[in-house]
Amino acid sequence: MKKELKIPLIKNGSVIDHITPGNAVKVLKILGIPETSSSIVSVAMNVKSKIGKKDIVKVENRELDPNEVDKIALIAPKATINIIRDYKVTEKHKVKLPNEIIGIVKCSNPTCISNAQREPVKSRFKVIKKDPTEIKCYYCEREPEDIAERII
Amino acid sequence: MNFTGKDIISIKDFSKKEINYIIEYATKMVPYAKGEKYKDILKGKVLSSLFFEPSTRTRLSFESSMNRLGGKVIGFSDPSGTSQKKGESLADTIRMADSYSDIIVIRHPQEGAARLAGEFAEAPVLNAGDGAGRHPTQCLLDLFTIHTEKKKIEKNNIVLLGDLKYGRTVHSLAYALALYGANLTFVSPASLRMPKEVINECTEMGVEPTQTSNLEKAVKDADVLYATRIQKERFPDAEEYNRVVGSYIINNNLLENAKKDLIIMHPLPRVTEIDPEVDKTPHALYFKQAFNGVPIRMALLSLVSGGTL
Repeated sequence: MKKELKIPLIKNGSVIDHITPGNAVKVLKILGIPETSSSIVSVAMNVKSKIGKKDIVKVENRELDPNEVDKIALIAPKATINIIRDYKVTEKHKVKLPNEIIGIVKCSNPTCISNAQREPVKSRFKVIKKDPTEIKCYYCEREPEDIAERII
Repeated sequence: MNFTGKDIISIKDFSKKEINYIIEYATKMVPYAKGEKYKDILKGKVLSSLFFEPSTRTRLSFESSMNRLGGKVIGFSDPSGTSQKKGESLADTIRMADSYSDIIVIRHPQEGAARLAGEFAEAPVLNAGDGAGRHPTQCLLDLFTIHTEKKKIEKNNIVLLGDLKYGRTVHSLAYALALYGANLTFVSPASLRMPKEVINECTEMGVEPTQTSNLEKAVKDADVLYATRIQKERFPDAEEYNRVVGSYIINNNLLENAKKDLIIMHPLPRVTEIDPEVDKTPHALYFKQAFNGVPIRMALLSLVSGGTL
């Protein structure tokens, strides 16, 4: 049987592959897409693959900076970024969680100073373990368990 | 070792070597803290003492420390008379204090407030307690007290007693004692046990704490008994509170089988957890411990501002 593509190939742009199933929308939120971009974005969720289900995001005519995309490793640790030029994969990058996460996750402690509305402060977490991901608030030292639920 | 300009926010920011250095320096400060000697190494320096929450010992001992070293203190002990009431951010208050003084001491009800203050101040910031979070100068004075009385911290049998779940001092103290390799026993009611993260930290440093609710048994082999207050508001009903509190009272009867050189510590204020009859025994160290807040804070103020004895 002919293999059918769930979302069409793109000529130029970026493909984020192997996203943990169900997390594609959160990945877009972390990357600030579509707010920061007018590119066409296609999302496929629960796509079958050799190693189980996955989500895929394709962003046309925009090459994502791999370092910028690394922060999605928080919720999609197995994701890869493929840069596409003229229908060909020219660069492949596996996401790697940075040592610090700033302004992405809200601290789970309601009385943490990073949750104070009138303070000029962004949430800031130190990554203390990468697999499975464990992060610690730089301000109050609390370690949130439900990271995916706390994406700002 | 150079501490000039360093913020003192969390005990976890310090290595064992650095803590030892601070303890040694505080030991030299004792006659100055008692007023037996005087050297104005902080002359011309101004301390901003910003207490957004009530405090007796911490605030007074910081102010005493600054005065004993010839420095001056400005600040407040109640934020109701400040621009915070008008809605000013902590960041802005800190920027002001930074321009008026050389060192900032802050107590604040929100966790992480001192860390934030450190980001907005050029001057060194000393955390005097942030919400239910950290209180590093209390931790240092506790370590200093144990070191002074027992000549070492490692290998002592140390019992932490009381509200181990919400107690501000016990979490960082447990961490620091584990860093030194003390033998730890945690005694608390089942509902107020030491949080898992703290126990995991101890284990990672090679210390396996014993957890029990039997105080009598734990006291027998103890070298140090560190008691904390059990707060009434942590319990759903008064009857349960009274039952729990009643089972953790330190009195002469409990101490009958204790080691002769057992020392009893408490961050104070105490309510009913230590019977006043214990005050007269050689075990009672809590008032001396409160005094030790002065030499340790003198040492810290001196170190962060670059002054030396």
